Amino acid sequence: MAQITLVEAITQALAYEMQADPRVLVYGQDVGRNGGVFRATEGLQQRFGPARVLDTPLAETMIGGIAVGMAVQGLRPVAEFQFMGFIYPGLDQILSHAARFRNRTRGRLSCPIVYRAPYGGGIHAPEHHSESTEALFAHIPGLRVVVPSSPARAYGLLLAAIRDPDPVIFLEPKRIYRAVRQEVPDSGEALPLDRCFVLREGADVTLIAWGASLKETLRAAERLAEEGIQAEVVDPATLKPLDIQGIIDSLEKTRRCVVVHEAARFCGLGAEIVAQLNDYAFDLLDAPVQRVTGYDTVMPYYRLEDSYLPGVEQILAAVRTALDYPDGGRA
Amino acid sequence: MHKPRMHLLASFDIAHLQYLDEQGRATQALPDFATPDTLQALYRQMALARLVDDRAVKLQRTGQLGTYPSSLGQEAIGVGVGGALAKDDVYCPYYRETGALLERGVEIEEILAIWGGDERGQDYKHAREDLPLCIPIATQLLHAAGVAFALKYKHEQLDEPPRAAVTCAGDGATSRGDFYEALNIAGVWRLPVVFVVNNNRWAISVPLAAQTASRTIAQKAIAAGIPGLQVDGNDVIAVRAAVADAVGRARAGQGPTLIEATSYRLCDHTTADDAGRYQPKEEVREAWHSEPLVRLGLYLRGRDLWSDEQEDELQRELAEILERALRAYTERPRDRATAMFDHLYAELPEAYLEQYEQLAQAGEGED
Repeated sequence: MAQITLVEAITQALAYEMQADPRVLVYGQDVGRNGGVFRATEGLQQRFGPARVLDTPLAETMIGGIAVGMAVQGLRPVAEFQFMGFIYPGLDQILSHAARFRNRTRGRLSCPIVYRAPYGGGIHAPEHHSESTEALFAHIPGLRVVVPSSPARAYGLLLAAIRDPDPVIFLEPKRIYRAVRQEVPDSGEALPLDRCFVLREGADVTLIAWGASLKETLRAAERLAEEGIQAEVVDPATLKPLDIQGIIDSLEKTRRCVVVHEAARFCGLGAEIVAQLNDYAFDLLDAPVQRVTGYDTVMPYYRLEDSYLPGVEQILAAVRTALDYPDGGRA
Repeated sequence: MHKPRMHLLASFDIAHLQYLDEQGRATQALPDFATPDTLQALYRQMALARLVDDRAVKLQRTGQLGTYPSSLGQEAIGVGVGGALAKDDVYCPYYRETGALLERGVEIEEILAIWGGDERGQDYKHAREDLPLCIPIATQLLHAAGVAFALKYKHEQLDEPPRAAVTCAGDGATSRGDFYEALNIAGVWRLPVVFVVNNNRWAISVPLAAQTASRTIAQKAIAAGIPGLQVDGNDVIAVRAAVADAVGRARAGQGPTLIEATSYRLCDHTTADDAGRYQPKEEVREAWHSEPLVRLGLYLRGRDLWSDEQEDELQRELAEILERALRAYTERPRDRATAMFDHLYAELPEAYLEQYEQLAQAGEGED
């Protein structure tokens, strides 16, 4: 079986579901003939035709809004925003309508929509092409926010997102679109939403990360293993609603925890995870939960982006702080 | 500086459709649907809309209803639009819509429930595919484009019968990006959708002249490459004729239409507003001369199709309907507090269970 990248796994999932379900359609800027600026929809228009794979005018409010009308009429739209930095004109439609139609009509109408957007830094792109604002969406009742971190999870989670009866913000970590190749059987099997994935087992410390940050986080775990420290790496994958129990299960073993995300720290997902661990797992913790995050600044232009993004050394330092607590020496 | 060569690429006239003038005189032969029965029914529905609006405002003033947007003076638009649709067309309303909602079969009790703070009002018993009232300005125009796409898709790909989507917005909405983006995509994709603008000349306190430098709203269709026309929005026959024609063309695969219905807001923006602060008194007095109900009444009476006795009988009948709806509204039990969780997702995610239990245990509160 051929090995495929994360972005190819996205294409594979879209093609599988379009083949299986005639209600599924794909639209966005440049997704048709051009196959998307990252080639996530490569070949879909040739295969399924321009009636189901549609290039839209350049208008993000429209991209956000028409999905609502399509979905309440029983279609399963998968809308692509070209970059997360350009999703904001569509926010009003997503937050005010897609997230609320089911509740507003007491279940009469609903919005099974997937809004896809490449997100995150690290590809030396111009301004507005590198932000990670997943927390904005995670704050909104009625939405799901899903972030894959490998080709297999991209395939399985995207299938689950398209089949989900509610709107899903599907954020694709573009820095790792082509970072690794994996065998991903085109089985049509979805992975569960609202569930953590344990990517590496360990008993000494839990590292929580999602999307592209897992690259550095897993590397940090390898470095720790060389020192005889076994880190467990947990990928929440669905950031909203959050599987806090999956994280607590890990902490039962490790009792120490570091959260890594490239988004800004203030009101980032890490803050919510720390707060929930304070609520539900305070007695489990042997050390305060550490956060390794982007700075509370504007995402810099790319010459400085490496200074902004959390690196392996920062993760290792945070792990040492957690392990050394409270007295500077391990128990 | 060379003199540029000029090419005439576009020129336009804006049609203004009217059948009845302010005195209720026919200005041209009426369309085929305008039988005595239909005209009496239109008169009745406009009278009902006015009665519902009037009572709703009074309910708000006496603390029995939340903020309410009346459509006083604009009944011909709602009733004309609502009546032009087939049952299986899809209506995407904004919020000043009493007449259209009544025409679509939304119950008075449901309208009152919505403005009385109860989401269950949006779970229409009839018109199950129509969209809920939309409060963020102009956003519903994009929903209508999406609905129209779905109807076209299901017609062309899945062999379903042709249907159309119809939506309405105020004149203020035409300043928003959503309006232009909706017209644009409807033109590019030739969607079966009709955009109606209730140009009542006021967006809360901002008059039309401060909203746009365009001579008409209808001409905004030209840049999107779609037909646009004006109708006398106080002439219910004209509104219905224009919308029915546009809906027919939409269903026949001939694409979208923008219809500007000119009227005047003879009421406050909502009960939270005081139009006396900004509407010139003389202008309002003048506008009362062209309101839609009197106009159609004059026409009907001129043709011996309406009498004082019929008017009395109608008012008695409508009052009874209203009282029944009012009783149902006031006797409506409060929804369970936990209902706020019940339709957040198709199935409540585990992460929500604790909050759900907390609310359930806090009790259901005062009724």
